[in-house]
Amino acid sequence: MDLSVMLDHLLAVGGNLLVLALMLPVASLMLAFALGGRHAERIALMTLPLGLAIAVAIAAAVLYGDAPLHTDLGGWAPPLGVALRADGLSAIMLLTTAVVMVAVGLFARADFQAPRGATETRASFAFWTLLLALWAALNAVFLGEDLFNLYVALELLTFAAIPLVCLDGRAPTLAAALRYLMFALLGSVLYLLGAALFYGAYGTLDIGQLAARIGGDDPLEPAALIAAALMTAGLAAKTALFPVHLWLPPAHAGAPAAASALLSALAVKASFFLILRIWFDVMPELLAQMAAQILAALGAAAILFGGVLALRQARLKMLIAYSTIAQLGYLFLVFPLVASPETASLAELRNAPGVWTGGVLQLVSHACAKAAMFMAAGLIAASLGHDRIQDLGGIGRALPMTLFAFGIAGLSLMGLPPSGGFMAKWLLLSAALQSGQWWWMLVILAGGLLTGAYLYRVLAPALFAQNPPPAPVKPVDRSREWVVLGLALISVLLGLVPLSAFSLIQIGRDVSGIGLP
Amino acid sequence: MTAVTLFGLCGAALVGLGLYGLIVLPGALRRIIAFNLLGSGVFLLFGVIARRGGGAIAGTGSDPVPQALIITGLVVAFAATALAVALLRRLLQETGRDDWDEAGEADR
Repeated sequence: MDLSVMLDHLLAVGGNLLVLALMLPVASLMLAFALGGRHAERIALMTLPLGLAIAVAIAAAVLYGDAPLHTDLGGWAPPLGVALRADGLSAIMLLTTAVVMVAVGLFARADFQAPRGATETRASFAFWTLLLALWAALNAVFLGEDLFNLYVALELLTFAAIPLVCLDGRAPTLAAALRYLMFALLGSVLYLLGAALFYGAYGTLDIGQLAARIGGDDPLEPAALIAAALMTAGLAAKTALFPVHLWLPPAHAGAPAAASALLSALAVKASFFLILRIWFDVMPELLAQMAAQILAALGAAAILFGGVLALRQARLKMLIAYSTIAQLGYLFLVFPLVASPETASLAELRNAPGVWTGGVLQLVSHACAKAAMFMAAGLIAASLGHDRIQDLGGIGRALPMTLFAFGIAGLSLMGLPPSGGFMAKWLLLSAALQSGQWWWMLVILAGGLLTGAYLYRVLAPALFAQNPPPAPVKPVDRSREWVVLGLALISVLLGLVPLSAFSLIQIGRDVSGIGLP
Repeated sequence: MTAVTLFGLCGAALVGLGLYGLIVLPGALRRIIAFNLLGSGVFLLFGVIARRGGGAIAGTGSDPVPQALIITGLVVAFAATALAVALLRRLLQETGRDDWDEAGEADR
């Protein structure tokens, strides 16, 4: 069939695709929950390719139509109704989510298969239904246009993520889950308070209408500033931004490998995505500049602090979890680089939106690399029965492919060429240089060195130690190693894609007037 | 002082108390209750905003949209509380302790 005819059909479907992206995981979730047993796994596995196809279709429709997709649910227009919208950034987030979901789903089959003879185990049933619930919640966050609707989506995300942390039901993971829940609930209630203030000040919860009213001629309501600050604080607690990151390491390290991959790669990105939307889609440009400095300072602290603490961890999964804190810090450096007055005054920088591309590349390549790393750590732990870093000597000879995947995922995290992480950090570096904010450059470089150091701690003994691999090494399923390698390769190959291919990010995002519709 | 101001101040006080409790108080159960106090404060503020009117439907005395939001919010907060209490109960069964601070240390 002719490609352009297909794409025209796709555009004609338009906004209904967005509804489908929400409906599919929810419908599968209901079905899996009702049927239970072995069906839960089968339904989840069947949903994976369908969900990926929908995400690809949405990205293709946005790219081909060169405009955001938009739909009013039930035909009710905001402010009374609730709208869904997918611009280029949302489409990329949906696609990343789908890719990581598919990889984790394939990887998790061996861990969460109901044993022969039994119809189901508690962990298998919970994992597959929660995977679908997490997917539904993430899609709802990336597509939502209504602040209250987004609150519900955030809460769904929390409710899906918390049980994933304590799937094994041991006391330490229960404690980690409870602590995570407290931070997440504090975050969402602060977000809700912000939404209430926005509604009180402007009488709408729709992001587009809110931006239009805030960008109007009237001076900014003081409540709007407080609302945005409260929302940012709440969302930062959910993103585990320094100094409210305390919940993340035990929660992400304690979860089963497949669940850690989902939480670290995707769940924390949803709240970051909303911080981006508040400061660049809702608030006026001048205020975004002020907030940007604070957010980036916290991000810089996260890069350094997370890196140093990762160096000191005794267990591999804890190290990877602290690395997540550091890598999330990079995302917050996007704010001052996009919103700086220097950037805004330099015409060529405004029109060459390298910062956005850098930030999004960092987000996507970290999602793939970190999911691959957690799954590789899961394979190592399954094979050795532990994940103590000092006893990993010689594991490279026993699990060469897993270690290779771990290494190239690490390449992307360190920011060594050629990898998605390198392109991301290079774009951020050059933007920092061009806008005269050299201090962020130092942070990015120091963060890269720290990443290199803590990964060396793992890789050097694992690959080069003379001692033979520790005695009881259980063989690992080759197909699972391929999944991990595939995801790690994606994070590297992103660096080889020409930058012009990332024009998708700009669709629906008016760079010339940041923050104004 | 009008009723709207009074209720607004009550909401703000509840939010402040809840926030203080959630951050400062020891013990998971106390923090869960503090979270509920904080949530009630936010819902009361929604109610005040509804009473003030002038939201989505201009010209009406009171605005139905925030009232609908309160009901949804209550359901979500109830579900969150149920999840938290269930987790805490399970933790108590496993360890005999009712807070996460000591229980988490064993793992590190």
